[in-house]
Amino acid sequence: MSEAVKFHFDVDGSDFSSAGAASVMVKKKLRQLGYPPEVIRKVSIAMYEGEINMVIHANGGTADVEVYDDEIVIILSDTGPGIPDVGLAMQEGYSTARENIRTLGFGAGMGLPNMKKYTDSMEIDTKIGEGTTITMRVAL
Amino acid sequence: MTVNEAVTALGLTLLCGDGDREITGVYVGDLLSRCMSRVEEGCLWITIMSNINAVAVAALTDPACIIFAEDVEVEDEVLQRARSNDITIAQSTQDAYALCVAYHNACGDLS
Repeated sequence: MSEAVKFHFDVDGSDFSSAGAASVMVKKKLRQLGYPPEVIRKVSIAMYEGEINMVIHANGGTADVEVYDDEIVIILSDTGPGIPDVGLAMQEGYSTARENIRTLGFGAGMGLPNMKKYTDSMEIDTKIGEGTTITMRVAL
Repeated sequence: MTVNEAVTALGLTLLCGDGDREITGVYVGDLLSRCMSRVEEGCLWITIMSNINAVAVAALTDPACIIFAEDVEVEDEVLQRARSNDITIAQSTQDAYALCVAYHNACGDLS
């Protein structure tokens, strides 16, 4: 097994206009590495939604992408408020985003459901007042 | 149909990008999370959400062209970001329905 290719990004929580920059970078890297468009699409969507969530709810965080022979692992970590009710947050259409975020086209309650839909597995580790780490895996 | 042909047929204004690209379909939507999962590579994406986050969605989904409908304002920052990500943007005074009808009719004229 060859060594994993790893990317690390700091997601700036104060600049909503740059949200998605890490996802765009990962897409370009995966394209350069020659991965199939469908895999790149799944990783891009899942990572973008996670990135947006970190900017909206947690004042930013970190994103790590690890590319192995058989899977791509995306780890999104923040020190935000945590998710009080994960089951509720996973429901399509449920959102706690503020009105100003909704006017930008977000806060439709699609973030976490999209992340689950476009990955092969997703684990949420969240603690109130401490933060959230989401680990997603896309099989190759 | 190429983007340039659509620009002529639909009376669009091309603001930036590559007009030679072939169009493979159409998607209409403003909720960016939904657009993120529904905009297909090579399509025309018609929206009134002309903010910079729409450019990020396009950078990830790779439509042939974004059409900002209903003459919504497009800020220079949005165009600059689009240029740096090779995103094609056109603008129209028409609404999404009228644009879809015009595109459908133009496809019929070509076949």
